[in-house]
Amino acid sequence: MTADPVIDVQGVSFTYPRGPRALDGIDLTVRRGERLAIVGQNGSGKSTLVRLFNGLLRPGEGRVAINGSDVGDRHVADLAREVGLLFQNPDRQIFAGSVRAEVSFGPQNLGLRGEALAAVVEQALVTVGLEGEAATNPYDLGYSRRKLLALASILAMDTPIVVLDEPTTGQDARGIARVQSIVTSLGNAGRTVVAISHDMRFVAESFERVVVMRGGRTALDGSPADVFAEPAWATLASTFLEPPLPARVGARLRLGSTPTDASLVAALAGEDR
Amino acid sequence: MVLRLAGVGYAYAGTAKPVLNDIDLEVEPGRVVAVVGPNEAGKSTLCLVAAGLAPASIGGRLTGSVLLGGAETATLKPFEAAQRCGILFQNPATQLSGTTATVWEEIAFGPRNLGLPLDDVVGRVESAMAALGIAALADRDPTRLSGGQAQLVALAAVVALGPSVLVLDEPTSQLDPAGTRFVGDALARLATEAGTAILLVEHKTALVARIANEAVLLVGGRIERRGPARDLLADPTIEKHGVEPPPSVRIERAAAAAGQSDRLRGIDLAALESAPLEATALAGELS
Repeated sequence: MTADPVIDVQGVSFTYPRGPRALDGIDLTVRRGERLAIVGQNGSGKSTLVRLFNGLLRPGEGRVAINGSDVGDRHVADLAREVGLLFQNPDRQIFAGSVRAEVSFGPQNLGLRGEALAAVVEQALVTVGLEGEAATNPYDLGYSRRKLLALASILAMDTPIVVLDEPTTGQDARGIARVQSIVTSLGNAGRTVVAISHDMRFVAESFERVVVMRGGRTALDGSPADVFAEPAWATLASTFLEPPLPARVGARLRLGSTPTDASLVAALAGEDR
Repeated sequence: MVLRLAGVGYAYAGTAKPVLNDIDLEVEPGRVVAVVGPNEAGKSTLCLVAAGLAPASIGGRLTGSVLLGGAETATLKPFEAAQRCGILFQNPATQLSGTTATVWEEIAFGPRNLGLPLDDVVGRVESAMAALGIAALADRDPTRLSGGQAQLVALAAVVALGPSVLVLDEPTSQLDPAGTRFVGDALARLATEAGTAILLVEHKTALVARIANEAVLLVGGRIERRGPARDLLADPTIEKHGVEPPPSVRIERAAAAAGQSDRLRGIDLAALESAPLEATALAGELS
């Protein structure tokens, strides 16, 4: 049984004015409830690709459809009900005078008021651990917490598709664990999560599918066990990626593909039996 | 030039509670000292104070002394501090000048403002771009770079100033794994070959273990612990403070917890973590 495609990218190219060809005929289908990580070299077109999902950029060639309808026909405000996009740089997103006002802005624009609005905002703040900072000015928060605030603003929109551009950047171990649990619970709730990341441990542990981009196209597409397996290393290296350390240890010991600490330890223990 | 902080405390303007307390820290020429710690520990503030930007440019209250090459930063004019110490901010977007049309000009912006002869400016720009592997970006518009490319350009712009002391706030946060390795190698070379003193704030502990001589754990604005980088990062208490141990340490512990340490005997995890992918694995390069 295959779920419906919620993001459908067909033959899309995109070139920035006075800039490079960021996407070069890429195809990508994401199905409902999938947790997909996009990885690749700096400048390989990852951020450009996800900006097509909510209409911030429009494809030069090809077609992007969200929930079956072509984004070319739709306004950004309309797409915002379906796709929440967390920017890589939180300061491109934050503008309000308090943490509460920042998180309220999106759901307010969706028509929420009063207690319903307050409840959604409170829930989003609790999820990212900022419930004690509701009255704080966002710029009194450090970078890592501004990033969590931007994430809360996206979660408060309750969109069926959540796109996260480098959500773990600048986070400490607890912050990363928090983002991991948010990704897992979004997935469990049947929402579709697409994340761009350079953190291969986060990718291997929290996502069921990994797309490796190179030069504006897909170079690899599979499970973490597939894309971090030894036969794929040459392709990974060609896009300036490396498998996580447990995968290298597992390959050295000929244990098969062990992209996570847990899979490595299980493989080590399995050999005993 | 030595960077030395002695008994340093700092509170932001308009706030009573200091975010840094009793910081004693010394970075000698040719050494890399890393700062690790949880979110909001004061790491970015420490960078601003060490580089002489706080309180000189942003106000606030400093106690104790911050010495750049023996001179109190409090007595230095901003341009004097800038010539001694380069700082890379956490967010490259706040670093780029916004006044240049190409990456090349962006990197030349600082050396030009130092009033250097043109030949010298060109030499510095070219060597900074080569050191960070971004020669191919020379003609690109700095406002049209990916996050990681912008971070490399911002770092090159600081390196081109040729400061004796470098203060870096998460210089690899937006870089791919190979970019991180490349920047790590470049920083290690700056220290060993140019004798630059480097203060490095970094969450990527594998990078810290590989290039830092010493590491300090900053918690709640105080130095909680310090030592040789690998020793500190292998200390089990750092995890309680939100610092992720390097993958090699993590794997060793996970294997021990499962009673499987024996199976890892014969593999030098730290060496494997530091080494690029095995050349044999790359022999079959596809593209």
